[in-house]
Amino acid sequence: MSARGKILGSIRAAQGKPAEAAAEERERVRAHLAARPANARPAPPRDLRAEFRSRALALSSTLDDIAAMSAAPQAVAAFLTRNALPLTAVCWPELDDLDWAAAGLHVAARTARDGDLVGITGAYCGIAETGTLMLLSTPRAPATVSLVPETHIALLRAGRIVSGMEEAWKLLRSEMPALPRAVNFVSGPSRTADIEQTVTLGAHGPYRVHIVLVGS
Amino acid sequence: MQVTSMHFKARAKEKLADAKLQAALRKLQGNFVKGRADRVAELDNFEAIREAGAEIRERALANLDLYLAEFENNATARGAVVHWAETAEQANRIVCELAAQYKARKVVKSKSMVSEECGLNDALAAAGIEVIETDLGEYILQLAHEAPSHIVAPVVHKSRDEVSDLFEQKHGKPRKTGIAELTREAREMLRPHFLGADMGISGANFIIAETGSTLIVTNEGNGRMVTTLPRVHVAITGIEKVVPTLEDVATLLRLLPRHGTGQTITNYVSVTTGIRGAGESEGPEHFHVILMDAGRTRLIGSDLQPMLRCIRCGACMNHCPVYQSIGGHAYGWVYPGPMGSVLTPLYVGLENALDLPNAATLCNQCGVVCPVKIPLPDLIRKVRERQFERGLKPWWERAGLALWGWTARHPALYAIMTAIGARALAWMGGSGKLIHNLPLGGGWTGRRDLPAPQGKTFREMYGRHWRRS
Ligand code: SF4
Repeated sequence: MSARGKILGSIRAAQGKPAEAAAEERERVRAHLAARPANARPAPPRDLRAEFRSRALALSSTLDDIAAMSAAPQAVAAFLTRNALPLTAVCWPELDDLDWAAAGLHVAARTARDGDLVGITGAYCGIAETGTLMLLSTPRAPATVSLVPETHIALLRAGRIVSGMEEAWKLLRSEMPALPRAVNFVSGPSRTADIEQTVTLGAHGPYRVHIVLVGS
Repeated sequence: MQVTSMHFKARAKEKLADAKLQAALRKLQGNFVKGRADRVAELDNFEAIREAGAEIRERALANLDLYLAEFENNATARGAVVHWAETAEQANRIVCELAAQYKARKVVKSKSMVSEECGLNDALAAAGIEVIETDLGEYILQLAHEAPSHIVAPVVHKSRDEVSDLFEQKHGKPRKTGIAELTREAREMLRPHFLGADMGISGANFIIAETGSTLIVTNEGNGRMVTTLPRVHVAITGIEKVVPTLEDVATLLRLLPRHGTGQTITNYVSVTTGIRGAGESEGPEHFHVILMDAGRTRLIGSDLQPMLRCIRCGACMNHCPVYQSIGGHAYGWVYPGPMGSVLTPLYVGLENALDLPNAATLCNQCGVVCPVKIPLPDLIRKVRERQFERGLKPWWERAGLALWGWTARHPALYAIMTAIGARALAWMGGSGKLIHNLPLGGGWTGRRDLPAPQGKTFREMYGRHWRRS
């Protein structure tokens, strides 16, 4: 018998169940997966934007507000200049139609490579409860851009801030046929506390995460 | 991983005398214990969420075979290949075969306690494959040829100075002393490995039945690298890690980081489903998931099944007075602290870890903090019972208990014996009513005095009270 058969068989035997699952047993499990019942959770924040902001700041992200997406290149350039960071960056191909050059930036739309110092991404949505960005990997939104560079800048539409992770999954199910290969929830710069439990920002991923909130 | 749990007593003694370790452990208490308390206090309905967490895990275990089959179906539909391993050796063999199949010469790993169970690194090295741990803590351990001493903070036992020495020696670069500089040096050393690896191996904190996804929580970003950059991704995990839905994941993620590191959420939560999609220019082309049993099915259906709810947060060890005093290495296998005292004997054999379930005061700190409500002291007691049933207790303990049991069944005799005992102890206590040195109880009185009884037993005093009224 295969390892699979032995493992699943011994689980059933140990639970005193017949070797083959009855139709109604299977049905119960399927029904549960289809119904996806809600679990207890904390009360949702009242002001999503304010909660998102304070949570993100608490996790060492920084934030800017702009009125429209067309102002993003200027805001990004201002942030990079303010922090004495390079004006050369990679961005998601999805963001290629923004006029980066007009703001004095050299931006290549592609996956990130070693040596890229600044990565600019969008965000599928934001989660107020934890100040988290939800990023989906697609051909036009490669995951490496938010990971490999030392600085990650994310453009997030304020209207896409949802209350908790449950709402983020709900949004995804309503807009996409299935999960993309990678769903990454990003909550601030990468960090480690492995040495003497002292938090150090910038482990293997970005040293800083800057969120540009777009619109109201 | 080799089991050294049989040497628990000797190693515990060493650890108690290790001043550096003691300082490190005090820090752990401060950070993780306080961090958890603060994060839990943020949730006004924490107990309801904790209850939900326990229910989710229990539901998955109650129909484990069917949820695993759902996971397998959904993962396979997305191009992943699911493997089943009955033993740690089988799991190692599967990984080595995959490495051979894909001609992988270099493997990068993100932290996986299941792979520690298997001793996977040694198996790969024996097959001539270069393995690099990329979690900072695990990387330090790999350089130092040491085992983790905590499931969340694997190098909690090492000081910054030791890391400085180690890096200087192994990297051949000028000695760094700041933690930020040491971290940067490790980042720079590891980058080329991420980019040049043929295969990435990760664990999985959860596998999701509804979508066929694997999920990892990390802070450093190495987990994302390992699951994104190499052309082959292998995730290895235990069969008990399945959760039904994404909603369930949302609930468990309110518990795991809070109890693990005192974070509201870890920096990264990465959910990976299937292989590189059409049009994508990154992500693994091959994705294999290994579901390992290695002792888990032995717990299913037994009174110890609740142990399989464990989400590996580490809170039980952070709050354990025994772990706080001796650290993780004395436990002698992958899992230390209260959860290890249950799991280790069950996974590696009761006879190989006799001391672990007994190295507990049953104070229930662990049971109080466990985010999925595992009644750890009860389970520890049940493992002790199994030791007794299998005749694994030392003769003097069995004889002592038998003698006590016999006297307890003869009340008159019991009264005489306890009356003598109480008077003898009262006499030993002297005028200060404190015993400084108890024969056969030196372990207890070595560091503190034992308050002496007042000279009469409870039954004598109760009897007199009853006669008077
Ligand atoms: S037993 Fe509970 S407290 Fe201990 S690691 Fe597992 S989930 Fe955490």
